[in-house]
Amino acid sequence: MIELLVNLIVSVMAAATPLLLAATGELIVEKVAVLNLGVEGMMLMGAIAGFAVAHETGQLWLALLAAIAAGMTLSFLFAVLTLTLQANQTATGLALTIFGRGFSALVGAGYVGIAAPTLPKIHLPVLSDLPFFGATLFSYDPLIYLALILLAATAYFLTRTHAGLILRAVGDQHDAAHVLGYRVIRIRYLAVLFGGAMAGLAGAYMSLSYTPLWAQDMIAGRGWVALALVTFAAWRPFWLLIGAWLFGGIMYLSLYVQGLGVPVPSAMLSALPYVGTVVVLVLISRDHRRIRLHRPAMLGRPFQATN
Amino acid sequence: MHRRSFNRLLGAGATLAAMPGLSRQALAADPLKVGFIYLGPVGDFGWTYQHDAARKAAVEKFGDAIKTTYVENVPEGPDSEKVLADLASSGHKLIFATSFGYMNYVLKAAKRFPNVYFEHATGYKRDANISTYNIRFYQARYVQGIIAGALSKTGTAGYVGSIPVPEVIQGMNAFMLGMQSVNPKAKLKFIMANSWYDPPKEGDAAKALMDQGCDIITQHTDSPAPLQAAASRGIKAFGQSTDMAKFATGTQLSASVDVWGPYYIKRIGDVLAGKWTSTDTWGGFDSGMLGMSPFANMPPALANQATAAVEAIKSGKNKVFTGPISDQTGAVKVAAGVSMDDGALSGMQWLVQGIEGKLG
Repeated sequence: MIELLVNLIVSVMAAATPLLLAATGELIVEKVAVLNLGVEGMMLMGAIAGFAVAHETGQLWLALLAAIAAGMTLSFLFAVLTLTLQANQTATGLALTIFGRGFSALVGAGYVGIAAPTLPKIHLPVLSDLPFFGATLFSYDPLIYLALILLAATAYFLTRTHAGLILRAVGDQHDAAHVLGYRVIRIRYLAVLFGGAMAGLAGAYMSLSYTPLWAQDMIAGRGWVALALVTFAAWRPFWLLIGAWLFGGIMYLSLYVQGLGVPVPSAMLSALPYVGTVVVLVLISRDHRRIRLHRPAMLGRPFQATN
Repeated sequence: MHRRSFNRLLGAGATLAAMPGLSRQALAADPLKVGFIYLGPVGDFGWTYQHDAARKAAVEKFGDAIKTTYVENVPEGPDSEKVLADLASSGHKLIFATSFGYMNYVLKAAKRFPNVYFEHATGYKRDANISTYNIRFYQARYVQGIIAGALSKTGTAGYVGSIPVPEVIQGMNAFMLGMQSVNPKAKLKFIMANSWYDPPKEGDAAKALMDQGCDIITQHTDSPAPLQAAASRGIKAFGQSTDMAKFATGTQLSASVDVWGPYYIKRIGDVLAGKWTSTDTWGGFDSGMLGMSPFANMPPALANQATAAVEAIKSGKNKVFTGPISDQTGAVKVAAGVSMDDGALSGMQWLVQGIEGKLG
């Protein structure tokens, strides 16, 4: 039983990490009232960029930087189209995902079926050897800790800092923020770029740690799950964490239960993580007042300075 | 899963569609045009990779006498019929459709193009101009089972399955029988990934099996992810379709290797000689269509035992599914001394006693 718990926790932490990284980025993007549906595409670009650089150079930190750069490049494209040129955000985001899928497949054609170095797991002298806690707290690869730290930092930034307040103001009332002298478009650019960087990092986690290889479309919908988590968690960082853990947990258990031989069709079990996570988060977030409180009021609305 | 390459497919389709004008001017002396449609990318290092290796072998063999075209990432849906039709109308006289799910589309395309020969891998529907061909993958599974039975300390192996179709069920059953031949108490657990190619999920399934005490992993999915997952826990595993040893140093015990080359060369030769007929081929070790990568990471005595098992199957001495065999409920499915015939094998829908878990 203890062993199952350890395995469950370890699997959940790993499965939740790409979702957390991408969702944290998207949270900031949506908090400035921009909706970028291109997360899946940016994750795929991050995955192939990270994998390719790791394979070519053997340098993992360089690979992570490349993944961040790839995600940011795509998000910059999105920002130019939607913020400067005022294109429709939904359509542009969808186009970004389609582009990312196709382009990553093209770039990655030569990288299918080859190996690259993988992110090492940390090993602390005494702590990592502790029973139970050693495996569940002190034996992950660095990105798992980074994802949690970045989420906590984001939560702190949004609620406890002056800059976070400005960011939220831009998302809730961009005209007022503009009148007060804040550069709405510039702040949105920065937020969108942050979202791209995080999605790229999430992609690199997939291709360098979770499944250390490149396969076409290997993100397999995790970008969409991350997007959904942001909404269903009603833009609250803590619930993002719960949602990501929930998804990872149900994903693991649905496979585990199959191994135990429970006579439920495997196709049904495959759908369970998606259905389960949505149901739970909807139940948590069904309070309309609270949603209105956290939902960026200007979400998806373009801003044009009128002087 | 197969939507992923829609863009590329459309691109390929468009190129082919632009070509039919050329073919009408084709002369008799022109090389035979042979088409291939693939489920995955040619670089998947599994199923599709092996088909493409066979295509290359055929090109090497026939040289200028043939001209091959392949379309990769073709989904098992209505789009495949369009790709087949594009190939047929652009002068391809022989077309290999290399995945089970193309079956009904091959049937339709073959009716529209009665002068084109179609070859459908792993299917069972034939027509005057459709042949089917497959490999007896289960023979290699039996040998894997022998190795697993000898090496497993917990006596339990884990099988990452794809979809519970007869081919996968044959594989699980053969693996179990091989394991039981060296350890009568051996058990086999399985998890279906519900996909042939979904690396993160394949890896997760392998992890869940290891969490349940499986200390040998084998896979019936196409990516090296389960092998890598096993390596991360220091557990030994088998590769699928092709030698995957380089993905996980010191982990791969062996891999079933699909060798389509001899078949493709024979069929292309038949068309060139004008003697192609509709046939059904199910080749095993003896036909050269099935192989195993070197037995590694095991004691030499066990490697010798595995080699001897391959020889026994090759010579026909061991038919793998020879009774007595009971299903999970204990009912005798194959009586003592009797071997299952191919008809019963290809419709297999029950699991051998000792396998844990139900077919959903």
